[in-house]
Amino acid sequence: MLLNIKNLHVSIAGKEIIRGLNFSVNKGEIHAIMGPNGTGKSTLAAAITGREGYEITKGEIIFKGQVINDWSPDKRANEGVFLSFQYPIEIPGVSMTNFMRTALNARREYKELPPIPAGEFLKKMEEKKKLVEIHSKLTNRSVNEGFSGGEKKKNEIFQMALLEPELAILDETDSGLDIDALKVVANGVNQLKSDENAFIVITHYQRLLDYIVPDFVHVMYNGRIVKSGGKGLALELEERGYDWIKDQFDD
Amino acid sequence: MSDEKKNGDFLDEVTSEEYKYGFVTDLESDQSPRGLSEDIIRFISKKKNEPDWLLEFRLKAYRHWLTLEEPDWALIHHPPIDYQDIIYFSAPKPKEKLKSLDEVDPELLDTFNKLGISLEEQKQLAGVAVDAVIDSVSVKTTFQDTLAKHDIIFCSFSEAVQNHPDLVKKYLGTVVPYTDNYFAALNSAVFSDGSFCFIPKGVRCPIELSTYFRINAANTGQFERTLLIAEEGGYVSYLEGCTAPQRDENQLHAAIVEIIVMDDAEVKYSTVQNWYPGNKEGKGGIYNFVTKRGLCKGKNSKISWTQVETGSAITWKYPSCVLLGDHSVGEFYSVAVTNNYQQADTGTKMIHLGKNTRSTIISKGISAGKSNNSYRGLVRVSKNADNARNYSQCDSLLLGDQCGAHTFPYIKTGNETSTVEHEATTSKISEDQLFYCQQRGIDMEKAIGLIVNGYAKQVLNKLPMEFAVEAKKLLEITLEGSVG
Repeated sequence: MLLNIKNLHVSIAGKEIIRGLNFSVNKGEIHAIMGPNGTGKSTLAAAITGREGYEITKGEIIFKGQVINDWSPDKRANEGVFLSFQYPIEIPGVSMTNFMRTALNARREYKELPPIPAGEFLKKMEEKKKLVEIHSKLTNRSVNEGFSGGEKKKNEIFQMALLEPELAILDETDSGLDIDALKVVANGVNQLKSDENAFIVITHYQRLLDYIVPDFVHVMYNGRIVKSGGKGLALELEERGYDWIKDQFDD
Repeated sequence: MSDEKKNGDFLDEVTSEEYKYGFVTDLESDQSPRGLSEDIIRFISKKKNEPDWLLEFRLKAYRHWLTLEEPDWALIHHPPIDYQDIIYFSAPKPKEKLKSLDEVDPELLDTFNKLGISLEEQKQLAGVAVDAVIDSVSVKTTFQDTLAKHDIIFCSFSEAVQNHPDLVKKYLGTVVPYTDNYFAALNSAVFSDGSFCFIPKGVRCPIELSTYFRINAANTGQFERTLLIAEEGGYVSYLEGCTAPQRDENQLHAAIVEIIVMDDAEVKYSTVQNWYPGNKEGKGGIYNFVTKRGLCKGKNSKISWTQVETGSAITWKYPSCVLLGDHSVGEFYSVAVTNNYQQADTGTKMIHLGKNTRSTIISKGISAGKSNNSYRGLVRVSKNADNARNYSQCDSLLLGDQCGAHTFPYIKTGNETSTVEHEATTSKISEDQLFYCQQRGIDMEKAIGLIVNGYAKQVLNKLPMEFAVEAKKLLEITLEGSVG
């Protein structure tokens, strides 16, 4: 099992957001997590990636057989956890090229490998750019600075392609994307998908799931997974909305 | 060397060292007794075999200094300096007159190698002429021959006094008179060496000139003087680097830099200042009280100051431009980093006297630890400076919640056609940015280095290549351990 979450409770500033969540992911799987706003989907992503301020009060996150509750975010990243941000962050004055080389070399150092030779790095970048149809000049610009909404999301997938994570979490990657950009992003994910990695796709809408076909669909509500099923569940949610879930599970 | 390699090296340094330039070289030195008096000044002047007019200049400066009080307007605090407890002259003892690098004291060469400025290598490869000043005395100037072909004079100040006395006499003290301020008066009285550079009419200096300053001996002050003249149409890019050994007591550095630029001439002056900043508890470190000023004397002349200030316990320094010639241009690009208990009060003065003069100020302050970092700047537009323009941007970046950033911009304009713009921002490294980097596998320390270098990029880009690489490393080393 790649990821196993057992009875997870997460609080932000003393307020419990995730309340006893159980969830597991195997290699080669795509899981979709859906649910209304404010049910803890992004909090789950933050807890898995180790963001400061998201306090695990109970339960365990087990990644590749190790409890990672206390690991720093960079250690988790270097072990193979990747988050495609809902709102990618701008870092003025730091070029994408420099940023990615630093990230890639941090990973290599973690694995006790020498830094990647410049030529090899540039070749790899060109290759991955094509995957998400990123224009050359974008990588010369500062990280996410002045990028359009679509470019930012493509840029997240581009970074994912370069870092080759074992577990990728896509947090509302579809929000703010037009249909063409959505196809590019989905296409990138589908090409990266293999038997050796897994994806967690967090989304409000079924739309993205037409292009990234999940093996499992989970519905989150009030900090728990309240319903799981196959692809059909997403279609049902699309048709019926979330009210019937709320009616069924409201405390 | 590729960047990755540099980054790799840097990591080792960061993990193993605090202040890597803190070694002491075991050189015999020729010192004056402690303290300051007319006798000491005569001693220095005699040691240097100076003409009478220069001794007179020193003595006048000294007598004026005696009438002055140490300034207290800067936002810095330190125990009183005992000016009688300082050794004002310390020179590495020369074996004999040196004809080639082979004759330089091997210990000294070793020091340069540790500093990464191998004179021998530089001579062959780098195309950078170096004048190295240790404990105030110029040790060796490379590239004399190359420069001589272009009639460029680049030598130690003492040599200039001996070989080009007319030039020195003509320009010394014309931009920074000894009456200018307390530390300028002190320097004028006791300066022991420094660098001199003269770019003749129409000559573009084909190589970058570099001076390396180092305080080595204990209890010494360093008082060097740089005089740089570019005649009509001349151009030079001049670099200055500074380091000092780690010592528990504070050491005083009070230098003067004067630049004179004629019609259509340009001087680019870059500094990477890495004097010992003191330890984590604020013990020791250099007091850096420096007066730097350039005079754009001619039409269309230009002076550009770029400084990266990472060292010193206290920095008190305002590289300035007097824009006298019509259409002259002054620029000031600065990154000042303070960590632990460091204090920096730095900025610039842009004095617009001529018509259509322009100035740009980009100042990036970075404070961490318990440090204090102030930008202090003056833009003055005189009555006759029609259409003068200034743009100032002062940004402050705070790391942690125990440091301070302050901005003191003074604007005085006496001409209605002038335009003066000032922008200022204060920011913190956001938690979002740090998490974004960490999520990509970059640890906290490296993430801060990355973000800070990005923040300072506008200024670092103004530095010559090799300097920029060194400056980036310095920024990261200085901020090491600033977030816990």
